[in-house]
Amino acid sequence: MAGVMDWMRAVSRDPRHYQIAILSSLILVGLFVYSFRLPWWHVLACVGSTLGTQALADRFIAKRSFDPRSPLISALSLTLLLRTGSITLSILAGVLAVGSKYVLRWRGKHVFNPANFGLVIVSLIFTSAWISPGQWGAAPVLALFLLGLGGIVTGKAKRWDVSLALLGSYAALLLGRALWLGDPVAIPLHQLQSGALLIFAFFMISDPKTTPDARTGRLIFAALVASVGFAIQFGLHNSAGIILALILCAPTVPLIDHLVGGERYAWPRFIRPTQGDTYVLTPAE
Amino acid sequence: MSSRLLSSVIALSATAVATQASAFCGFYVAKADTDLFNQSSKVAMMRDGERTVITMANDYQGEPEEFAMVIPVPTVITKDQVHISDPALLTHLDAYTAPRLVEYFDDNPCDSHRYRLFDAVPAPVAMESETVTLQKRAEALGVTIEDEFTVGEYDILILSAEESDGLQTWLEEEGYRVPAKARRTLGSYIKQDMKFFVAKVNLEARAENGSEYLRPIAVAFETPKFMLPIRLGTVNAKDDQDLFVYMLTRSGQVETTNYRTQKIPTGQEIPPYVKDEFGDFYKAMFATAADRDGGHGVFMEYAWDMNWCDPCAADPLSNEQLQELGVFWLDSPTDGPAIQPRRGRPIQQAKDVYVTRLHVRYDAKSFPEDLKFKTTGNRDNFQGRYVLRHAYDGEMTCEAASEYKTDVNERRQTEIKTLANLTGWKRDDIRERVEADTGFFDVSKTAPNHKWWSRIWSQD
Repeated sequence: MAGVMDWMRAVSRDPRHYQIAILSSLILVGLFVYSFRLPWWHVLACVGSTLGTQALADRFIAKRSFDPRSPLISALSLTLLLRTGSITLSILAGVLAVGSKYVLRWRGKHVFNPANFGLVIVSLIFTSAWISPGQWGAAPVLALFLLGLGGIVTGKAKRWDVSLALLGSYAALLLGRALWLGDPVAIPLHQLQSGALLIFAFFMISDPKTTPDARTGRLIFAALVASVGFAIQFGLHNSAGIILALILCAPTVPLIDHLVGGERYAWPRFIRPTQGDTYVLTPAE
Repeated sequence: MSSRLLSSVIALSATAVATQASAFCGFYVAKADTDLFNQSSKVAMMRDGERTVITMANDYQGEPEEFAMVIPVPTVITKDQVHISDPALLTHLDAYTAPRLVEYFDDNPCDSHRYRLFDAVPAPVAMESETVTLQKRAEALGVTIEDEFTVGEYDILILSAEESDGLQTWLEEEGYRVPAKARRTLGSYIKQDMKFFVAKVNLEARAENGSEYLRPIAVAFETPKFMLPIRLGTVNAKDDQDLFVYMLTRSGQVETTNYRTQKIPTGQEIPPYVKDEFGDFYKAMFATAADRDGGHGVFMEYAWDMNWCDPCAADPLSNEQLQELGVFWLDSPTDGPAIQPRRGRPIQQAKDVYVTRLHVRYDAKSFPEDLKFKTTGNRDNFQGRYVLRHAYDGEMTCEAASEYKTDVNERRQTEIKTLANLTGWKRDDIRERVEADTGFFDVSKTAPNHKWWSRIWSQD
């Protein structure tokens, strides 16, 4: 019994388990409440391609044992944000997402957020794949729900700071714009209630592996992504501004890490000791 | 139970919903103290890359000399970018994309097939409208008249302004009645570097061309902003407004990016009596769908490849019609192989045009921001389509008849529930109507209920 409790505690320590649970629930909400156009075989293909890529890369490139959790998160994020009628593109996005982790690296850390990389590359190159920023609408209730859940997830991942800093900077920019234009406050509030923005803030940019190691660095990074996203959204009139901003700003992370160093994040890992029946958590790597 | 398609396609024109006239993305400014308010408007938008053509139906119904409108536009517009279009085109586009009713007739369960055919009856759309002159104080007020010209029955001014007070004062001095609350919104557009397209009816030109109605205005421009300004339109609106947007693109469906685009309910079977009140049904169904989302929303009513339709509420638009409407990428109309429609009328050569019809119900509170759009690669076809299934009404003399009648009665019950759910109408009222219309089969005195195994080996 004690073993089960320890195991539960161990499971709850890893932020990825929360993320998998919440992303999966969001997909179900999208399917049943918001009637997303999402055939189950696309989900399967995307999950299959990320897991397959990770398994192959772990075996032949990284030479370590296969862990399905990170690629599963990438697949779920892609499923949530990438809209396409082509199963080939779903698979390609998965391969690009996970592949980027092994190919595009700097000082032992991958540069791009995997799901963000797959999403942006596929939607920029192919017209039959796109991002639907309006698919969640601007439901305040949903926004609160996401805030609550997102808080838990990112709190667990110790990266709630990047989410809040992003939302804070973006909100400040939107409010500033509204003040300058003389627009009613209802307009920036409406823009902030975008479901896509909140999902991005809590479930994409918060990835601890691709954000700067130090808190100061993360705050700088969040403000940078918010500013670039704002510029793309309102200067270039591209509604997916914030998602494009992340891929554009990702290469600055090594620089930020260089300037304000910090301890590198590692996913918690279970080690089952040879004696006794207790699970112990240690930092990975 | 076999049933045979079909017959009637009853298309519902937007006018069935829009009982009262008027509106644009901008606002009407009347010279007299006419109590104007916007209720519904129709806009067709052709977009490929940054090239945009917008055709605005003019359904203003007042004295033409009192008509004037102000629309924010992203760039300066010159005379050759403006075209006066044929109102029949938007009417046709409206009919082609309208929610439709289809009828199926059950076969005699005892034998043969029967078909019936009705014609599509799209309702007509009425159009109507008025003018502007010049002045000098503009400069002093920081208003620049970028261009000034007459096209068709309209006198058009393209204005840019430095600040909203000057623009508002100028418009008022020129005799336009600008809603007081518009000032802030005008200021916002000025800062976003928008220009203002001001149109009035030129009475002489109108008398010359002898047209009774005000024709739609088409404007071509190039801009990265894929949007429709609705904020000025909500300034003088008392109630909810309905906007119908017909988006024509090359690649696929258009959706809103800052509001959620949802689909209207479709494909449901409803009681046959609804055929005579399809307009009421549609209004109630749309209102119920909108209410479930807080009373407002962006609804997709049609999304289809312009090469065909099934069933057709009206023929797809021809290349000539599309060209006139502003579809600018059809320069080589004979390109592409001819494709066969799945059913229905013969069509001409294939064209690279995909149409999305969006129905937006909005007010200032629920839609604080202008509508922003994006073109997606989604080429799935979608239509608002409602099904009437008529039971076989001839004499039935066979064993299968009793089972058929029971099935039909069950079907009617389901249809009643569906209709109540779609429209919010009371089930009892619907049931009364059904009883007065088709009624139910009397199954009490029909043949004894045969066991299922009695049908396996047919009796000799």
